[in-house]
Amino acid sequence: MLPEDLLAGVRAAVPSLLGLVPFGLVAGVAAVNAGLSPAQAIGLSAIVFAGAAQLAVVDLLSRDAPLAVVVVTAVVINLRMAMYSASIAPYFRSLRRRWAAVSSFLLTDVSYALSIAEFTDDSGTDRLWYYLGVAGAIWTVWQLTTVAGVLLGTGIPESWGVDFAVPLVFLTLLVSDVSDRPRLVAALVGGSVAVVGAAWPLNLGLVGGALAGVVAGVAADGRDR
Amino acid sequence: MTTTYGPLAIWAVVAVVGLATFAIRHSFVYLFGRIDGVPPRIERALRFVPAAVLAALVAPEVVDPGATLAATVLDDRFLAGAVAAVVAWYTENMFATIAVGLGALWLIGAVI
Repeated sequence: MLPEDLLAGVRAAVPSLLGLVPFGLVAGVAAVNAGLSPAQAIGLSAIVFAGAAQLAVVDLLSRDAPLAVVVVTAVVINLRMAMYSASIAPYFRSLRRRWAAVSSFLLTDVSYALSIAEFTDDSGTDRLWYYLGVAGAIWTVWQLTTVAGVLLGTGIPESWGVDFAVPLVFLTLLVSDVSDRPRLVAALVGGSVAVVGAAWPLNLGLVGGALAGVVAGVAADGRDR
Repeated sequence: MTTTYGPLAIWAVVAVVGLATFAIRHSFVYLFGRIDGVPPRIERALRFVPAAVLAALVAPEVVDPGATLAATVLDDRFLAGAVAAVVAWYTENMFATIAVGLGALWLIGAVI
């Protein structure tokens, strides 16, 4: 029998899985088009499990960029996950080390955002099961869609705009998180810096926006006291 | 374009990027598992990570600064995002937000 909280996590992940499908297809297609073997393309998704970094790796490999540049670029794109790690770490403290490591491996933008929303509500959910439901569903769908992309070799036409589902997932989570003035300030500053920095290299607009938003939120919180 | 790197180089990239990504993901989970409690100042700052990160992920996808304010606002993704934000605010329902957001994007794309 599957624990109820595991299923609750899977259910919570379902809407974002729809947005993940075109992304995963693209990751698979791009990898084989860049000259990776099917095994390498699937290995990239299974081991690295980070869409934006995977696309950057594949793009740079296809252009025969120096391997050091490939690795550093992927690391910088994934640096944002250090913030998720710090934010979710207090909720993972009670886990056995092995499960903490598994949970870390499965940490993504969506699994972080959905789980932290549930954890801060503190509704008595079993955190590990809920998290594994969310993150495990995302990992599984990511692998299936990568394989589908590798087999298809072509993606869903870009003109369909289905990739827009991913920001809409984040938008829903953002709106429900902005529950007070300091959080609103954090969101406004974070979003503005990210827009200004959208063309900055190495995804620095995202990291810079997030950091600026946190600083602004803390400052606004201090003023409100 | 296709890569001229051999299987060994590509697998090495997969392994190194995979290890580095895991190290980033596990960094604070590992650290906080070994210290007593999170310092209150850090905990206070961490409360703002979701709002700041989510906004930084969303905003560049819906705001594409144009030459004028009108050009920025009269953009299909901006308008669809604004409609979706209203739906998200009133329903807090992810399916409804995605359905209305995508529908608005197609509709606006057909009109503009």
